[in-house]
Amino acid sequence: MPVVDEALIGRLFREESGRSVATLIRIFGDIDLAEDAVQEAFAVALRKWPAEGLPPNAGGWITTTARKRAIDRLRRETRGRELLGEVAVLSPGNDDPGMPEVVGPVQDDRLRLIFTCCHPALSTEVQVALTLRLLGGLSTKEVARSFLVAEATMAQRLVRAKRKIKAARIPYRVPEDHELSDRLGPVLAVVYLVYNAGLSSPAEPGLCSEAIRLARILATLMPDEPEVAGLLALLLLTESRRASRMRPDGSLVLLGEQDRRRWDRSLIEEGQAIVRRCLRRNQPSTYQLQAAINAVHADAATVEQTDWPQIVALYDQLLAVAPTPVVALNRAIAIGEVQGPAAALALVDELRAERRGDFERGPPRHPCRGQEACHERGPAANICTARRTGMCNANMARSDPQHRAGAIAYQEMFMTVSTRGRTSENTPSTRLGE
Amino acid sequence: MTQYMLSAHSVEGEARNPMTDEEMRWITEQVGILEEQMKSAGAWVFSGRLHAPDTATVVRPSDGEVLTTDGPFAESKEHLGGFYIVEAEDLDAALAWASKVTLAVRTPIEVRPLAEQPRP
Repeated sequence: MPVVDEALIGRLFREESGRSVATLIRIFGDIDLAEDAVQEAFAVALRKWPAEGLPPNAGGWITTTARKRAIDRLRRETRGRELLGEVAVLSPGNDDPGMPEVVGPVQDDRLRLIFTCCHPALSTEVQVALTLRLLGGLSTKEVARSFLVAEATMAQRLVRAKRKIKAARIPYRVPEDHELSDRLGPVLAVVYLVYNAGLSSPAEPGLCSEAIRLARILATLMPDEPEVAGLLALLLLTESRRASRMRPDGSLVLLGEQDRRRWDRSLIEEGQAIVRRCLRRNQPSTYQLQAAINAVHADAATVEQTDWPQIVALYDQLLAVAPTPVVALNRAIAIGEVQGPAAALALVDELRAERRGDFERGPPRHPCRGQEACHERGPAANICTARRTGMCNANMARSDPQHRAGAIAYQEMFMTVSTRGRTSENTPSTRLGE
Repeated sequence: MTQYMLSAHSVEGEARNPMTDEEMRWITEQVGILEEQMKSAGAWVFSGRLHAPDTATVVRPSDGEVLTTDGPFAESKEHLGGFYIVEAEDLDAALAWASKVTLAVRTPIEVRPLAEQPRP
């Protein structure tokens, strides 16, 4: 029997509040009411549970209690009584909405909620903030911190977003199959952004586990979507190296220099198993291919033993589906490992001539400048291109903390922007607020 | 049901310039087909196409009087060219209509909910 203290209830809040909020939004059609009621239910839990112990189904208890609280509040308001009438109509076979409803595993309301939070009518930034707040159970203060903005600014942003959802009637439903290809992209991008925000800010490791938790939920709820599985595998494989990618002073440890014995084998095995299942399905796309690249790296005991030809082949495929300069650069680096630095540098120069505009915009320019710096110093034959690129970035990062975010993404060489549309303009390696 | 205004914005001197008579006819035809669709789906509430912004006149309160001036009101390059008021189940349904409109008239369409909604 675990000790029921504030820490345990706090953890339960992270894990369970998203589900309760999602359920209450479905019942009452009101995000604010749902949020407040779930907060109140946890406040009750904080009073009761330490003395009485955990109820058998803590999540269900929270949802039921929150539902009762919401109904109590609505009964006190005139408009609320009208709304209750509608709720009764909308809950067939359940005349008294005060009755606790069995929360079934079949239709999980969180899936509805994440599609609402990530609706293309909302900006990417707002999508991320709403997802963290409503599904992740982060406080407004915590969300604000991950965006590097003041709490009041974030609170205002969330209020506006919720007002838009209500006024414009952004639907609360899972898109139908024919819409899914358009609508799934932003959802996966948001989860990926959350993970990368955690990765690039060591002070927020919670964001990494939050993203993995969201990816697991999505993978459970949408088992037929290979890209959802691909995203989960990518995050697990990246996470397996997180502990070994940074020194205590915050500087980066390059992939080739990492102590591979410290990589988390259970995460690697889980990620690789998902990648193998994806391969059998043979519908490769960006997240699956990135996961596959990571899976190959995870197989190698040393950087020299890496199956680079396999990695080049995967980058060829990735470049075909996601022809971004970042992918092209990473592919060049992999080619350098197979054919030698000269081949890679030739490709990089070609790329730079072709895509100057892209490189001069946003974080990708920093690695490119790093590359340039190396180039100027002249290639040292015994140092592979990949590591040199990474090294330059890490050095730049140390000398210029502003460039850290951009450099972090590159140190492991195979981070890439993988979503379409507006999100592809953003680089997930930056802090969310930048 | 929610009512939305789908407004067509045109950039002065840009969008309409290089359009042939045939293209104009195509657009008119497409818009006609689309309006029929809206009406038979019960989504169409009202619509209108506006004359050029230089035909506009503005009145405003000034010291208790009303001041009349030459328009348009906003000194911008982008102007409202026309609009639809449609009734839709939710934003996705409104966006589906807006997508058809933008493909037909070839200008960006802004979708905004009306603050006053009809009683169900």
